[in-house]
Amino acid sequence: MTELTKLQQLQRAAEQRILILDGAMGTMIQQHQLQEQDYRGERFADWNSDLKGNNDLLSLTQPQIIYDIHCAYLTAGADIIETNTFNATTISMADYHMQSLAKEINIEAAKIARKAADTFTAQTPDKPRFVAGVLGPTSRTASISPDVNDPGKRNVSFDELVEAYVEATHGLIAGGSDLILIETIFDTLNAKAAAFAVETVFEALGLRLPVMISGTITDASGRTLSGQTAEAFYYSMNHISPFSMGLNCALGPDLLRQYVDDIAQVAECLVSAHPNAGLPNEFGEYDMQSAEMASHIQEWAESGLLNIVGGCCGSTPEHIAAMAQAVKHCSPRKVVQLPVRMRLSGLEPFVH
Amino acid sequence: MSYTELENTPVEPVVSAFINVGERTNVTGSAMFKRLILDGNYEQALDVARQQVENGAQIIDINMDEAMLDSQAAMTRFLNLIASEPDISRVPIMIDSSKWSVIEAGLKCVQGKCIVNSISLKEGEASFLHQAKLIKRYGAAAVVMAFDEVGQADTEARKVEICQRSYKILTEKVGFPPQDIIFDPNIFAVATGIEEHNNYALDFINATRRIKQTLPHAHVSGGLSNVSFSFRGNNPVREAMHSVFLYHAIKAGMDMAIVNAGQLAVYDEIPEELRIAVEDVILNRHPQATDNLLALAPKYQGAGISQVKDNLEWRELPVNKRLEYALVRGIMDFIEQDTEEARLAADKPLHVIEGPLMDGMNVVGDLFGEGKMFLPQVVKSARVMKKAVAYLNPFIELEKDQGSSNGKILLATVKGDVHDIGKNIVGVVLQCNNFEIIDLGVMVPCAKILQVAKDENVDMIGLSGLITPSLDEMVHVAKEMQRLNFDLPLLIGGATTSKAHTAVKIEEHYHAPVVYVPNASRAVGVCQKLIKAESRAEFAAYLSEDYTKVRIQHANKQPRTLPVTLEHARANAFSCDWANYTPPQPAFTGRREVKVDLDTLRPYIDWTPFFLTWSLAGKYPRILQDEVVGKEAQSLFNDAQALLNELCANQQLQAKGAVGIFPANSIGDDIEIYADEQRQTVLHTAHHLRQQTHKPNGPNYCLSDFIAPKTSGKADYLGAFAVTAGIGEDELAQGYIDHGDDYNGIMVKAIADRLAEAFAEYLHEQVRKELWAYAQQEALSNDELIREKYQGIRPAPGYAACPEHTEKQLIWDLLDAEQLTGMRLTESYAMWPGASVSGFYFSHPQSRYFAVAQIQADQLQDYAKRKKWSIDEAQKWLAPNLA
Repeated sequence: MTELTKLQQLQRAAEQRILILDGAMGTMIQQHQLQEQDYRGERFADWNSDLKGNNDLLSLTQPQIIYDIHCAYLTAGADIIETNTFNATTISMADYHMQSLAKEINIEAAKIARKAADTFTAQTPDKPRFVAGVLGPTSRTASISPDVNDPGKRNVSFDELVEAYVEATHGLIAGGSDLILIETIFDTLNAKAAAFAVETVFEALGLRLPVMISGTITDASGRTLSGQTAEAFYYSMNHISPFSMGLNCALGPDLLRQYVDDIAQVAECLVSAHPNAGLPNEFGEYDMQSAEMASHIQEWAESGLLNIVGGCCGSTPEHIAAMAQAVKHCSPRKVVQLPVRMRLSGLEPFVH
Repeated sequence: MSYTELENTPVEPVVSAFINVGERTNVTGSAMFKRLILDGNYEQALDVARQQVENGAQIIDINMDEAMLDSQAAMTRFLNLIASEPDISRVPIMIDSSKWSVIEAGLKCVQGKCIVNSISLKEGEASFLHQAKLIKRYGAAAVVMAFDEVGQADTEARKVEICQRSYKILTEKVGFPPQDIIFDPNIFAVATGIEEHNNYALDFINATRRIKQTLPHAHVSGGLSNVSFSFRGNNPVREAMHSVFLYHAIKAGMDMAIVNAGQLAVYDEIPEELRIAVEDVILNRHPQATDNLLALAPKYQGAGISQVKDNLEWRELPVNKRLEYALVRGIMDFIEQDTEEARLAADKPLHVIEGPLMDGMNVVGDLFGEGKMFLPQVVKSARVMKKAVAYLNPFIELEKDQGSSNGKILLATVKGDVHDIGKNIVGVVLQCNNFEIIDLGVMVPCAKILQVAKDENVDMIGLSGLITPSLDEMVHVAKEMQRLNFDLPLLIGGATTSKAHTAVKIEEHYHAPVVYVPNASRAVGVCQKLIKAESRAEFAAYLSEDYTKVRIQHANKQPRTLPVTLEHARANAFSCDWANYTPPQPAFTGRREVKVDLDTLRPYIDWTPFFLTWSLAGKYPRILQDEVVGKEAQSLFNDAQALLNELCANQQLQAKGAVGIFPANSIGDDIEIYADEQRQTVLHTAHHLRQQTHKPNGPNYCLSDFIAPKTSGKADYLGAFAVTAGIGEDELAQGYIDHGDDYNGIMVKAIADRLAEAFAEYLHEQVRKELWAYAQQEALSNDELIREKYQGIRPAPGYAACPEHTEKQLIWDLLDAEQLTGMRLTESYAMWPGASVSGFYFSHPQSRYFAVAQIQADQLQDYAKRKKWSIDEAQKWLAPNLA
């Protein structure tokens, strides 16, 4: 029997069951109550700005903590773990004057996740574990003006985003990512720049990795921050032939369901979701317990909405374990095949 | 429009057989758009885009190819601006340029999946491949021109050959999805006198057929106006050519076109001789085709096809068709004569109504439903119908027969409210659809509504209201219907009503169906569903599910901005350097009556809202040139001018007002108004509300901030006004309605409303220039007045900056308004007559309009204390501003 490639293993697993994505990185880091000097470590002891809160930097200064978090999620049952690189682009790192470290952070973060995944794969070779290299939304928006008096103004251009994402993608791949995950997309134009960058890197390296796309419906209006409906968002991102398309963050599973359903109706690829553990309470804490979250997710799975599921803000290994248990016996969603049509979008879908 | 408002638009994708691409946002095609862009007037340029979407363009084409322009910068700027306009950016964009650099700049600005227009093999395969690959990477579809290294394809064979070659390269070498390829096989001018051109249209049509047959999933598009180029200046012939060309090209498989929808004749309506001559040219049916069309063309020159048809040929039709024709076109001239003829032919006079007249109205209803007729036309149709029915009534009476209708609907504007234009329009539209309407008018108490509903055995009740206190009254009616075991469906409509309010506040109180009806065109569908027992249950179930969803959404809605305490908001009040600012001293203080004739007010009218009243959207005066509604807007405008002339001449409508300016100073959120300059005797105190959301970049405004605080020691002033142009409007409108003329009945009130607003604008100018006289040198055009380019504001109680209605009483007391003008306030503080405006004047140069929006419990308590109200009472009046 010939050995399957990584991609084939992933595809085979996805055909057989609902894949488990990990949960929140930030929530887990918070539990360590790290202080300024913990963030700085030795290397950045004299850095010229505050570094507390720069979670992506921890891959360089506290790699063991990040490694342990990955392991906790893998123990909980995650098939795919996400690199700790949500803000590791030159654009977001500028807040800490750390633009020049962006690439290194991506490489190191991917390496840490790689090591954790490989350790667990070695223990259970029949359940291989995968690393998704994360490209976050950055701190700027390409299609929304920062100035109410000048709606035509932009504080970041498509080209600047592409440049930042190209560098991050190179780092994620160099560090050993199996997939690329463009996530928490609240402005689709940012994500299109990320997709453009990813394609550019693939071409330069002469390879292709599966790409996961995950948007964010910001509130009950059912739209992304930049105004698109879930279906319009899917048509905007479909050109990258994604491995999966889905939604994460902003809402808990109760409120997110209908929008995941919208995508499940049209997506000709796998569907993913990693909701928050409910909505934040008045103290900014997420208090949906793992059992409640799992019961929502089980209903989604039974309704045939899911191929990949995990957690976003507020979720913990406990949540992931509960969800993994809840969907263990559920069949994955069957990928739909739509009639061949030109599928365009503005804020809303247009099919011809 | 906010994103949340978009919730009501259908989410299922529109699958259409043929796509209209809006072409007006193109500097090469529209002189007006070009001028706006060259002048840097992007705001109005956005209106052009918005109008196209409003008028049904499914995609908008944007082209900035102009030598005098930095096209790349203009494309970027315009697309970025469009991204901030949800009512435009909801549709896909077509980025149109002959320069690749402009196309690429455009692709970097659009979040949706758009179309590039266009690429081709013109520069060879290498650059074609490069561009196609990038387009795919940007995630767009593409128009591909039938153009190669040799040149533009003109024959069928060349068109097909180039498209096939392009298709092969795109699908095989680039991996471009075939469904994202749109071929443009070049539409060229025919009938140019040059023989080789004669087959151009047929070449396109035949090529289209072969492209669709041999290249799966690809689309075919084209720019239509080229084909008729040789008949420039003769629009009727051009329209006919476009329509004939499309008719045949669509049959061959063309599924998209860049068109000016206003320049399309209906194929079936083209006069036969013209159609045949055009068809001969388009299909190149014989060598004399061009000559024949050239010979025929002058006959149609100058007149639109509709006008050529607008002779009395229709009088030759059979009587039933004549009735339909008159109803659809709103022609009154022959209606009695034709009705009589139909009556003589019928067994019973009632059969004329149930037969040809209702058939005609059904055609009207269908055309309106399909968006092919507009509201003013429908109301005119209703006028014709009423006249025919009025003619038949005596004969029907003789036979003592009962009319059969779809159902009986009671309509009323609720207690405390006097606004009825919208309700009247709904009534007319429902009558057009054969519902019997019992209209109880305005300010109708709940008990009367329910009594009449019982006595008349109506099938449903429709409630209307414009001001916010009416919402409470509607809740009350619903509760009463529940208590009294009513089972009738309840319809809710009017400017302040909403689906959310209906779902959250009304529907749960009443077990039978409660339906929010957003506009007149929706009313018919709703009533038809509710009237039939079989569809009613299903509709009721749908409604209750839908409203439950709305309630859940509402309950879960997170405020976009965080609230702050009243204390915090007050600490962040707007403040000016009062020590270095001296408020202008008015030339006059006290109050006085204002008399003005209608002729003086006419130039101050802002016509845009007038068209909105009639459901015609667009800014005046551009709306008159609009390609879809322009004709109807012009006709409506002419009717309005004619009626206005009459009203000015015979003074049946009168305008009266009162104005006052008083010494005043602010104390916190209150404004003390003094009897004289001694500022010792407080005449009245005005109470205002403060914005209570977190505002990191600006103050938490309250209107009192714009008046110098008492502690500053500065002498400041507050103005007040109350004006009406509606004295006599009710009687006039009723006179028309009694004569079956709802069209003019509605028109009188719509005009009176505009005159009242014009009066407010005029009086404010008088105040600034003469009475308060702080801007004596001001010289502004009406357009500038509409855009509020002056110093100072005139906020009205009940609106955003001072949303609490009872403060109108203060204005009435200060001005002795009822005595001076005859204007009255209802128990809900609606102003009577309906065409009235009142408000305060603030002179401060930094005074501005704002919305108080949601307030918190601490301000509710504080306001109740200041107004000496119980919390319950405060809650009632502030309900719209409470969570």
